Amino acid sequence: MDNELKKQRRLAATKARRNIYIETTHPDSFFESMSEAEREAFFKKERKRSKKAIRRRKVNHSILVTLGLIIAGIAAVLALIPIFYTFLNSFMSSAEIQDNYGVVFQSLSGHAKNGAKYMTKTPVLRMVPQRVTIEQYKSLLFMSPTYLLKFWNSIILVVPIVAGQMILACLASYSFARYRKKRREVLFFAYIILMLMPFQVTLVPNYMIADKLHILNTFWAIILPGVFSTFAIFLLTKYMRQIPSAYIEAAKLDGASEWQIFTRIAIPACKSAIFALTILLFIDYWNMVEQPIVLLKDADKQPLSVFLSQINEKEIGIAFAASALYMIPPLLIFLRGEEYLVEGISRSGVK
Amino acid sequence: MGKYRDFTEENANEKAGKIIAGIEPVTEDPSIRKKMLLKKKRLHRVRKFKEWLTFSGFLVPSLAGVTMFFFWPLFMLLQTSFQKSSSNTDFIGFRNYERVLHNEAFKSASLNTLEFAAKAVPLAVVLALLLAILLNSGLPGKSVFRSILLNPMMVPVASVVLIWQVFFSFNGVVNGWTGPLFGWVEDWLKSDYSQGVVLILFLWKNLGYNMVLFLAALNNIPNEILESAMIDGAGSFKRFFKIKMHYLSPTIFFVAIMSLISSFKIFREVYLLSGDYPYEKLYMLQNFMNNAFTHLDYSKLSAGAMVMLVVMVFIVGVLFFAESRFDRDVED
Repeated sequence: MDNELKKQRRLAATKARRNIYIETTHPDSFFESMSEAEREAFFKKERKRSKKAIRRRKVNHSILVTLGLIIAGIAAVLALIPIFYTFLNSFMSSAEIQDNYGVVFQSLSGHAKNGAKYMTKTPVLRMVPQRVTIEQYKSLLFMSPTYLLKFWNSIILVVPIVAGQMILACLASYSFARYRKKRREVLFFAYIILMLMPFQVTLVPNYMIADKLHILNTFWAIILPGVFSTFAIFLLTKYMRQIPSAYIEAAKLDGASEWQIFTRIAIPACKSAIFALTILLFIDYWNMVEQPIVLLKDADKQPLSVFLSQINEKEIGIAFAASALYMIPPLLIFLRGEEYLVEGISRSGVK
Repeated sequence: MGKYRDFTEENANEKAGKIIAGIEPVTEDPSIRKKMLLKKKRLHRVRKFKEWLTFSGFLVPSLAGVTMFFFWPLFMLLQTSFQKSSSNTDFIGFRNYERVLHNEAFKSASLNTLEFAAKAVPLAVVLALLLAILLNSGLPGKSVFRSILLNPMMVPVASVVLIWQVFFSFNGVVNGWTGPLFGWVEDWLKSDYSQGVVLILFLWKNLGYNMVLFLAALNNIPNEILESAMIDGAGSFKRFFKIKMHYLSPTIFFVAIMSLISSFKIFREVYLLSGDYPYEKLYMLQNFMNNAFTHLDYSKLSAGAMVMLVVMVFIVGVLFFAESRFDRDVED
């Protein structure tokens, strides 16, 4: 077989594999050089080969899919382990936890840097407790009022921040989206820069202004800067600019005022984004640690997130239940609003 | 007159008080016409002003608060960074900045923060992209995996820190495995591996979010282009690197910026894992700031914050510039 023909055949085979039919330049030239019997044999061989190739491809495909599933499965398990582990261990009795995990906390931060010793006794990774009790929850909810107080602190801090920031963000981003003059754009850029600032930068000014207004060590010191944070404005403006201007023009022709356009068109159009942002803000502030430890000196006023980090050897008996309870509100919100969240995140990254 | 109306000529005629055929005059009397024009102009100005007023009204509540709580204090910050101390307001030039930049703690803190970002951002981008490609390659149960992987984002760090401590402390679970198996015991949180432990926590939390962003971007690649490339004989590798990467590049930048920002916020995890004074590899800028708060050295603090502000604006500016460059590429 000469080289040119070989090349042609390979090309044709490649195209055929990709389900593309393209006529080769001399479809018959290869076969014309054969006799009848040779041709018969050739086709037989080719048919057999292609059958084999198809089978091999199927096997390969299923191997690849299982491999992918395994990798994705491992990732999923890794993602879920810490969550499940916390929930399952929250049903352990305090004695069992002391017995199993007490050793962990003897080498942690509170102790001297070089004082920790390796004790050759390590905790057993136990998913299911030996005896399932709700002892932890009982002692958490009925015996220690501090926990409930801190939980309440968290709620008191987070709800006003999220509600206030969303309301302000809707108003401001409507303005930024509809009125696009040069000075406004500069201001918008300043807002973006503010949004991108890490806490390291904004915390000092926050502290200074709280000191000036004499609201240090009160909830206001955290709530007010939170309400005026510009994170939500940035993303909401991005959505509002996507509203087709034809809608707005039509409403204007029908005699709608700006306020009516805002409430009847802009807000409904951004509903999914508003939901997604509310969820994101909630989780972010539910999680906050930096602001409380700097701005709130009283231990009574600290939210749960700070308290959880201070759980020490003595309280480890209830630590898992405390963590589990703390996780529940955001997880419930996630289950309710996952669709909106995914849609909101997806649209924020794609222009 | 040709295709377009010649306004210069019209204006000249107007000034001369002439009336041109084809354009309906407002009135025969040129003096009244001038008045009407003036009135129209004034009305236009009023309408513009009204528009400005309404949209400013929407903005005012936010702007007032932002000025009060961010712009004004940032200005104060700039002021105090040039003062000797909070009580002594003498102008001392850049001496505070010198003091901060020569501070060993500040140096190591910023180095650690940068080192962490340099490790965390590429990993967060690449792993999330690989996961997104994996889920997008026709795997069954795609949406289930997506919601499972998004789950960690919703879990407060404070809740899972306990698990990390159980795993990685000196007497933790990991040492329970590596000890008997390899005879290797490490105090993970107090050694040079500590950044790795925090990195795992960071990735665990952020990969889901990044992955959802990449999934959206992958779905947005026009299918026709991929198909035509396939017909032209481009293999899957070529299709990925030449076409998909091209369409993904804005998202890659977006994800990189978001990851960079969250990597600067890693203090939260570090604080929860190991308190105020962690192992030196984990001593981040926020630790430095917090500990400086306890000494109440305002002028040093504000100089430090200003340095960070400038660096952040620089980094973000560069990223935005690069992003807009790539954007233009994609639109072409």
